[in-house]
Amino acid sequence: MNMPAFRAQQIIGKRMPRKEDGRLLTGNGQFVDDVRLPGMLHVAYVRSTVARGVITGIDMDAALEVPGVHAIYTQDDFSAVPLTLLNFFLTPIDSPVTLLANGRVACVGDPIAMVIAESRAIAEDAAALVEVSIDEEDPVITLADARGGPLVHPERAENIAQEMGDEDVDEGVQEALEKAAHVITRTIRHQRIAQSTMEARGCVASPSGAEEMTIYISCQSPHMVARYVSMAMNMPQEAIRVIAKDVGGAFGLKNIPWREEIAVIVAAKLFGRPLKWVEDRFEALTASSHAREQEITLTVGFDAEGRLLAGHSDYHSNNGAWPMGEDCNIAVHMFMWPAYKMPAYSFHTRGWYTNTMGLGGYRGPWAMESLIREVVLDAAAREIGIDPIEIRRRNLIRLSDQPMTSTLGIQVDDITPAECLDKLVAHLDVPKFRKEQAEARKQGRYLGIGFATYIEPTGSAGSMAPMTGELAQIRIEPTGKVTASLSTHSQGHGTATTMAQVIADRLGVPYEDVSVFEGDSTIGGFAPGAAGSRQGIIGGGACWKTAELLSDKVKRAAAHLYNANVDAISIVDGIIHIEGAPEMSRPLREVAEIAYGEPHRLPPGLDAGLEAQYRYQPPPMTMTSAAHSCIVEVDAETGFVKILRWVSAEDCGTVINPGVVEGQIAGGLAQAIGQVLLEEMPYDARGNPLAATFKDYLMPTISDVPDFEYLHANTPSQTVGGMRGVGEGGAIIGPPTIVNAIADALAPFGEIGLTLPLTPSRILDVIEGRDISGHTTHQETPTEAPAAAPVSPEAPAAPAGEAKIDGAWDIVMSTPMGPQQMTAHFRTDGDNLSGELVSPEGSQGFTGKVEGNRLKFDLAVEKPMKITLKYDITIEGDALTGKAKMGMFGSAKLKGERVG
Amino acid sequence: MSEHRIELTVNGRKHAATVEARTSLGEFLREDLGYTGTHLACEHGVCGACTVTVDGRAMRSCLMLAVQAEGAEVITIEGLAEQDGTMSKVQQAMRDNYGLQCGFCTPGILMTFTAITAGDAKPSEQDMEAAMSGHICRCTGYQGIRRAIRQIVANGAGESA
Repeated sequence: MNMPAFRAQQIIGKRMPRKEDGRLLTGNGQFVDDVRLPGMLHVAYVRSTVARGVITGIDMDAALEVPGVHAIYTQDDFSAVPLTLLNFFLTPIDSPVTLLANGRVACVGDPIAMVIAESRAIAEDAAALVEVSIDEEDPVITLADARGGPLVHPERAENIAQEMGDEDVDEGVQEALEKAAHVITRTIRHQRIAQSTMEARGCVASPSGAEEMTIYISCQSPHMVARYVSMAMNMPQEAIRVIAKDVGGAFGLKNIPWREEIAVIVAAKLFGRPLKWVEDRFEALTASSHAREQEITLTVGFDAEGRLLAGHSDYHSNNGAWPMGEDCNIAVHMFMWPAYKMPAYSFHTRGWYTNTMGLGGYRGPWAMESLIREVVLDAAAREIGIDPIEIRRRNLIRLSDQPMTSTLGIQVDDITPAECLDKLVAHLDVPKFRKEQAEARKQGRYLGIGFATYIEPTGSAGSMAPMTGELAQIRIEPTGKVTASLSTHSQGHGTATTMAQVIADRLGVPYEDVSVFEGDSTIGGFAPGAAGSRQGIIGGGACWKTAELLSDKVKRAAAHLYNANVDAISIVDGIIHIEGAPEMSRPLREVAEIAYGEPHRLPPGLDAGLEAQYRYQPPPMTMTSAAHSCIVEVDAETGFVKILRWVSAEDCGTVINPGVVEGQIAGGLAQAIGQVLLEEMPYDARGNPLAATFKDYLMPTISDVPDFEYLHANTPSQTVGGMRGVGEGGAIIGPPTIVNAIADALAPFGEIGLTLPLTPSRILDVIEGRDISGHTTHQETPTEAPAAAPVSPEAPAAPAGEAKIDGAWDIVMSTPMGPQQMTAHFRTDGDNLSGELVSPEGSQGFTGKVEGNRLKFDLAVEKPMKITLKYDITIEGDALTGKAKMGMFGSAKLKGERVG
Repeated sequence: MSEHRIELTVNGRKHAATVEARTSLGEFLREDLGYTGTHLACEHGVCGACTVTVDGRAMRSCLMLAVQAEGAEVITIEGLAEQDGTMSKVQQAMRDNYGLQCGFCTPGILMTFTAITAGDAKPSEQDMEAAMSGHICRCTGYQGIRRAIRQIVANGAGESA
């Protein structure tokens, strides 16, 4: 007999079979529509067919007579229930969003009434009989409409939902651009995307009396839903149990429960019976939160050698009527340049309300930064006459350059996009391709190669309310088998697999012996689930550390029981070994049985059982890097793009399971291919969504996606375990990679238009040099030129007369993370001002100056980043207005009133 | 709504039921018979998630009415594995190759692959990719599915599915 190998077996890094697949491949998954409860009724929504108008009547008589209909609710029924809708940051939404339309409709698909009936079919029959009368008004559909058109929300002062940065180009940036040898400007118009999870949204809410509620919901974290519902409805969190066993994709759409799901929960509470709502595909396409629809113009100055000198961008997002959060996408600007040596950058960024469906987060919500930056770099390379690889090499930050901090304060310590590019280029034979390309062009065939490099912030924790650590609770059961209750959640990510791999590896037990439980808010503790490429890093770190704690306990128990030194004990494959005494090997089960059944035999100081838990709090942010390349052939006759090859060189640190990592990259790349070539949710001039089925909304199929090749770099991060996160990357780096390849292929015809998707007719616009698509000439107003004059955020000049300043003031500051409440105490002494600002974060003193009714003071804050806020406040009577200037980030508006 | 009595076999088991004329086969399988492994994802015949086999042919159960299945032999995803739980070649190929992530579209893909590899059929890789083009998967980028196709073809599709 061979000596047992005491070396721990490697399970991390292996392509283990997925734990989830057994049930999913045999029809035994539990998705929300598979849940049926005794007495359960079904919900269908009556939705607006008009984009903008006033509701003048809702006639429900005929619908209520349909046999099987139990009730029809409108906003009047819900307004009695106290409710505050929150954004992803768990702060109140700053727009007047209600569950159902409240007197006005603001987009097609706006829910107006809820029908509760015996079956979904009956509920739909009745919903069709509800007659809604609406006085239709001209809608605001495009970004151009939003700038000059009527107000989407009449009670707001403007259609800007959120704004940061400065309209004027920063002086230093301007000066650098004027001196630059080359200045490149590009505008990209990104179409609206329908998130298109294969399982649409759905919710079953089951009340148990007035004080308890069980919710089955298709979501990204049952913990997040429990926390959200508890806060929104002011219910104790322990009264809410949220279950989400299997979820059919989420991508950001299911980050937080939204109007229709919360309406079901509120209605179940009002009606007292379990209610089910499962969205159909028409609703999913037209009435669930859309994504992207953005325009960005980036101007970059380069020196004669192609080195970056300065940049300025102007960004607009068409947020729709009811976005999941007012958003001007500050992350686009924060993550535009930290991987590059960019000396100066300024921006102006705005999110706009329109009468279209609201936007939500979608895999890499800030991805526009990589798209515009990488496209501009390739355009610059063409103009300057250097290779696209070379322009990146001259500007990327290498490992040897770090640590470095970007002009917007993002520090990088260990990013490797330049090293990934080296690896990629070593794998590709670019000179050979260039030869083929030249030969092909002679034959009228247009091949192109595209490159892109990027970094991605992952594993965020500690800087935003929902972004926390992760909890692992691991038990070695009396049987010797291992169960883990985790705060992670999978919508296809396979966390039950990857977390089991980490546990098995670090504990020294067979992978088959580890069972992972998640998907229930009563299991594990709070974590926001799959949001921001975080679970592999943080959940992985929690499992890693907890397994080691448990391993230590086993070793201490075994050392005592078997009279050995702790250092001589090892656990391999579920067997406890003692170095130098192979005959003493014992199954883990033996120690487990003693730990639970005869704990008095454990050494002093060791508690009964074999259980451990640990909540891992990682560094605030981790970075993943990658370089991608793809090769396309564009058919000059038809305008069709065929992707011939795609190579990914990514560095996501320690890879727990290459199959899972590659699956994440591939899924993101398929979405990227969809975004660049196929998918589009257009609206007509009256605000009707024009893609109502999968025949109109073109999803990538197997014939659109090539075989991807992967190169893994594996530079361990500073987290426990060294993982870096990989969930969103493909969707971020994919779009510029393929756009650049198409631009390279079509270079003989000139520069390509950058309105996505690049449909065959838009490609033919470039090839034939005329407007075949009908889109080239029909463009939005250039974004550089400010159109309708925005309401001036400047504080009004001081009027005559003395204002009463001293006292306490409640102030609301509009920030990118939602409105922040605070109370200010002002004391004046002549021209001198002193006081304190009290917020949930704590109290901070300040001193400043008074000029008439105008107050000015500075306050240094630590969160979410170190920055000095410059307050400029004007007081009129008992009202206060003003702004806080946040360095490069522009200004946040302030509003307040006297409270003492 | 007119109601009709139908008899059919599902996964080898005989069922008799009364259904509304408008009830789709997919809804009937899920709601009346409890075969919730069949997933309805678009309900207009594009995505393929609801595919089952009817008398051996792959059918979109959202586009077929339950009354049209009168007398038919229907197989759903629940009918693919052996009694002892051993997965079919098609199921195993998907498992071996990370052919699924969320698993929502997977049942329909399995049923299409089962139908076109049944009996003596020896579809080529191209045949199977063509069949797969009638299915939408949002998670995998089709990489694992394509590897599963190659495994199925290499191992000689056919025999017992």
